[in-house]
Amino acid sequence: MTGAASLNQAPTTGRFAPEPGAAPLRRMVAAQSAFETRQLLRNGEQLTLTLIIPLLLLAAFSLEPLISFGGGYTRIDFLTPGVIALAVMSTAFTSQAIATGFERRYGVLKRLGATPLSRAGLIAAKTLTVIGVELLQAVIIVIVAAALGWSPDAAPAAIVVVPLLILLGTAAFSGFALLLAGTLRAEATLAAANLIYVVLLGVGGVVFSLDKFPVGARSFLQALPTGALSTGLRDVLANGVAFPVRDVVTLAVWAVISITLAARYFRWE
Amino acid sequence: MVKRYGPVTAIDGLTLTARRGEVTAILGPNGAGKTTAIEVCEGYRAADSGTVRVLGLDPARDAAALRPRVGVMLQAGGIPPAVPAGEYLRTLSRFHKKPHDTAWLLDIVGLSGSAKIPYKRLSGGQQQRLSLAAAVLGRPELVFLDEPTAGMDPQARHATWDLVTALKGDGVGVILTTHFMDEAERLADHVIIIDHGRAVADGAPGKLTGSAGQLRFRAVAGLDIESLLAALPADSAAKESPAGHYLIEVPSGVIEPALLAAVTAWCADRGVLPSSLQIESRTLEDVFLELTGRELRS
Repeated sequence: MTGAASLNQAPTTGRFAPEPGAAPLRRMVAAQSAFETRQLLRNGEQLTLTLIIPLLLLAAFSLEPLISFGGGYTRIDFLTPGVIALAVMSTAFTSQAIATGFERRYGVLKRLGATPLSRAGLIAAKTLTVIGVELLQAVIIVIVAAALGWSPDAAPAAIVVVPLLILLGTAAFSGFALLLAGTLRAEATLAAANLIYVVLLGVGGVVFSLDKFPVGARSFLQALPTGALSTGLRDVLANGVAFPVRDVVTLAVWAVISITLAARYFRWE
Repeated sequence: MVKRYGPVTAIDGLTLTARRGEVTAILGPNGAGKTTAIEVCEGYRAADSGTVRVLGLDPARDAAALRPRVGVMLQAGGIPPAVPAGEYLRTLSRFHKKPHDTAWLLDIVGLSGSAKIPYKRLSGGQQQRLSLAAAVLGRPELVFLDEPTAGMDPQARHATWDLVTALKGDGVGVILTTHFMDEAERLADHVIIIDHGRAVADGAPGKLTGSAGQLRFRAVAGLDIESLLAALPADSAAKESPAGHYLIEVPSGVIEPALLAAVTAWCADRGVLPSSLQIESRTLEDVFLELTGRELRS
């Protein structure tokens, strides 16, 4: 269908009198966040990354004695905190880096810069999107884990500490996602974000315990955002630790570093 | 304004004024600095020197105040490829206080049958029209259109011209870039021709082209221009450029019937049949050629 064949009305004077004005910030942020969430849920690769892979790992490693976790955990009790950490990384880091990289490439960020939505508003919308998807992931993972026999051993403080760990992890991962997406070409961002995801899936304490690594390597891996998040969540949800100080501090430091770098080096075009 | 990219000076001391409620066309060949000039006005890049005011505001410093009042159509892209046209407009409409009805606007730009089609599957012209709709969605006071009809088929171009005319009728200012002379001549109240980052001409299209009458024809190359001039009224000018293309101009303005008769009689004396004989006034293309020595669309 081209051209006038599909023109039903001619644009006429009398309909275009200027009456400009920005909508309230809350409405803009909500609209943009809903828009981004719909795009994410429609995108097969993104869904694979954020939902299917974590659930497959949860099911496969808990049902099949592929590896021995040791440490007196049941398989599902060991796996669930690690898979939650993976889900957070996949949404806040990998998926966000790829989506933002392509938004930058397609001029979407540039075009948004000409709308009444400010940059701060856009960042708020992206944050809401990530948190919304994480909540969806958490609900699904908890339901599947419960069905597989998950029984967390957690102190009451976990109700506050688990969201705190996830929020700090999200902040740290988001900063790195935007740093990648805002400095590299879209294809390079895609490759780097996926590579980092796979490597940290292996050595981030997600399905393989960091205790299996030599001591020096273990300290290093637990100092990475994924290692800190998985270890912290496992301490709280499987070991009954009230407050994993080291991991909380590690994630907070990463959050400050990554967001500072992203704010400094992010290029909108 | 002046804008440099490394050693390249994209905008070299350009001064332009677009009045409120008028259509201003920035005309020039590719690489002349049209997009750079418009993007400085849109606040996307800061000029290295000079002063830019849009609706009385500094586009860089007062961006937050200016953005809601201005509509922007980028030269390309800006829309996520997988998003359906209608959903894109509905989302953007939530950013504005009193947006147009998106279904009506889709209809106006001829996309009502394509509302559910993802952006990437629209034709180039349809993508342009969606981008145009997005630019006027928020009832702006001023619209920037960067090559709005590039890639459009003729009907879509005419529909776009109708929309620009309607905007102007309602007092919306339009600043557009183009390398189509007919577009500038038809739409613009004010034309700025730029080349190598400078304005080489500035004024109403009629004023720029003047009223000089022209007679053009084609014939075999190498006819004797001197003898042709001798057969014409005293104030006429004639030249052959390029070979086989003849141009006769009357600076006083009017091509009289007697001049046409003189030209055809002169041709008949030589057994030459003129073809594509046209009588017209000067175009912006002629103005550009005269000022720069180059074709606009080269």
